Amino acid sequence: MTVFLQNLINALQWGSFYALIAIGYSMVYSILMLFNFAHGDIFMTGSYIGFGVATALIALSATGMLALPNWLILVLTVLFSMVLTSFLGMFIERVGYRPLRDAPRASAAITGLMIGIILETGNLILLGAQRVKFPALVEPVTYDLGGVFVTNQKIMIVVVSLSLALALHQFIRRTKWGMAMRAMAFDYAVVPLMGVPINKIAAMTFALGSGLAAAAGILFGVAYPVLDPYMGIVFGWKAFVAAILGGRGSILGATLAGFILGFIEIFVAMVFPSTLRDFIAYSIILLILVFRPYGLFGEPYSVRLRL
Amino acid sequence: MRKMVIVSAVLLTGILMVTGAFAQKAATLKIGINAEITGDIPKVGEATKFAAQMYVEDVNKAGGIEVGGKKYLLELAVEDNEAKAESAAKAATKLVTVDEVIAIVGPQASKQAVPAGEVSNNYKTPMITGWSTNPNTTKDRPYVFRACFLDDFQGPALSIFAKDEYKFTKAAVLYDVASDYPKGLAEFFKKDWEKKNGPGSVVAYESFTTKDTDFSSQLTKIINSGAEFLFTPQYYNEVPLIVQQAKQLGWKKPILGSDSWASDELVKLCGKDCLGSYFVSHYASAGAKGATKEFIDRYKAKFGNIPDDVAALTWDAIGLIGQGIKNAGKITGDIKKDREAVRNAIAGIKNFPGITGTITFPPNSGDPVKCANIVKINDKGEFEFYKTACP
Repeated sequence: MTVFLQNLINALQWGSFYALIAIGYSMVYSILMLFNFAHGDIFMTGSYIGFGVATALIALSATGMLALPNWLILVLTVLFSMVLTSFLGMFIERVGYRPLRDAPRASAAITGLMIGIILETGNLILLGAQRVKFPALVEPVTYDLGGVFVTNQKIMIVVVSLSLALALHQFIRRTKWGMAMRAMAFDYAVVPLMGVPINKIAAMTFALGSGLAAAAGILFGVAYPVLDPYMGIVFGWKAFVAAILGGRGSILGATLAGFILGFIEIFVAMVFPSTLRDFIAYSIILLILVFRPYGLFGEPYSVRLRL
Repeated sequence: MRKMVIVSAVLLTGILMVTGAFAQKAATLKIGINAEITGDIPKVGEATKFAAQMYVEDVNKAGGIEVGGKKYLLELAVEDNEAKAESAAKAATKLVTVDEVIAIVGPQASKQAVPAGEVSNNYKTPMITGWSTNPNTTKDRPYVFRACFLDDFQGPALSIFAKDEYKFTKAAVLYDVASDYPKGLAEFFKKDWEKKNGPGSVVAYESFTTKDTDFSSQLTKIINSGAEFLFTPQYYNEVPLIVQQAKQLGWKKPILGSDSWASDELVKLCGKDCLGSYFVSHYASAGAKGATKEFIDRYKAKFGNIPDDVAALTWDAIGLIGQGIKNAGKITGDIKKDREAVRNAIAGIKNFPGITGTITFPPNSGDPVKCANIVKINDKGEFEFYKTACP
């Protein structure tokens, strides 16, 4: 039982990252009908930006001019990095996707791959191949709940990612901008005729997705403090799987699917030899998609789309 | 005219005899150094050269090596292999054919040592690499030796250590199934541990794939398996994540590692979580004793920096050649015969007191049997020599 509970907690943490990244994929996909394959690398860049901001803030704090406690540094790091990474996302949309909006889908898809490679190698050139250590902003405190171990970091990661997903969900449900996004997902061709500025909405979609990816990147740095320029690739693929598994256009679907993916990975490794983890985990997901080709919460395109 | 011819002939013979006698009197033996002096890893070449120079100076100051009642001075012939495979083969050829060395030290990195070993073996010239751990360097090459132990050897060394130090009987292993080095080490360790402690004594044998960052599921399994320690033969970038996550999941038992841990980056990335762990290593500078400490102090005084593992292994490699020359019995002056004699003498070396461990060459193998050094990461984050483990 303790093993089960322990793995439940492990899976909650692991799923949080998939969830936050899958949301970004899902939004871009439903609004612009394209796969932003650079998203995993935006996550990586967000993590490095977080590293840069945190290092700068710690240095500033160390000079004594502005003594900041660690929790405040963390909050500021998250905010600054989300904003900076949002700008990066908007920039990528402007130079990489907007000029290709009427180009064949394949061209737009490889744009993402190329931008991803540019981000990876750019980082490599800038910082070199050695790994960087993400500053320990949250001193880990382990709580022993009768053989089940929880850290303050784990609680923080799960709470923050769930809150961000819920906040975004509310934003899309309740604001005018959100309505415009839903409208665009519903019918891409008619929406501009109604006076909705699609360029602005597209940029905003990228900004929101990238901001979430940055938040994921920083939380990732807190939990797994060794960063390397290629950490976003496989992670991005898996989050992409979660996005599709969640179903087109569903924020909560993508969130839930992210957690489901985390659970499947962790529990497969619990039951089977860990060497077979991904083999079995992704076979299960393939099977789910066979029975629910529109994802868990998606609907066929002819039906009203949710966002 | 005839007189002239006779006179000049006499003179010529005289000159030849004098120079010949002179050459005889100097009696030096050349040792080749095939090192990575320029290229990607110049520090390796530098350490090789420095350690070899120090050894030769020592020998010559003592009047040379005595072989068959006669003393021979040593001389180095240094060739740069530019850290390239082709250049390493070329350098080896030049050392053998032009410099006519009796034996060669280096190259150090396997990329260079494998092709250079081929050349040396073909020319029947003894070669000892300090650092190369690739099995192919010495495989089926009677003239090629190494001063370091092979990767496989670390498994048995660690199981001895865990047994002697803690009396453990149940082990857990966590390794990257997609990478050769950790996979090989994990397999060798498991085999050896189960041979000594019975089948099923590796109670958790868990894996992940390269680039994974979350090991929580595997570690939960390991923690609940009843294992008494964890062996993880991973690289310095993965070890911090494994160690930190294990501690956060409530693991308080020892974590042991392999020589892939030995990087200054490890402690930088891992912080205090890794302190107190042990790993197998060829050599450790901190906490060294006896001859090793003496070597470190003299090297530092001479060259200004603390010798790394390359320097220490080079010292042992050239020491093995020195011992081989001493044991050769007689230097005939026929370089081919002498090389053969030196090779046979090196192959027969038993219990050579090296500074990286006592070295013995088993029959028909260039891979030494030696003791491994167990290194502790001390409270200051330094790699400190703890004890030796001799399988």
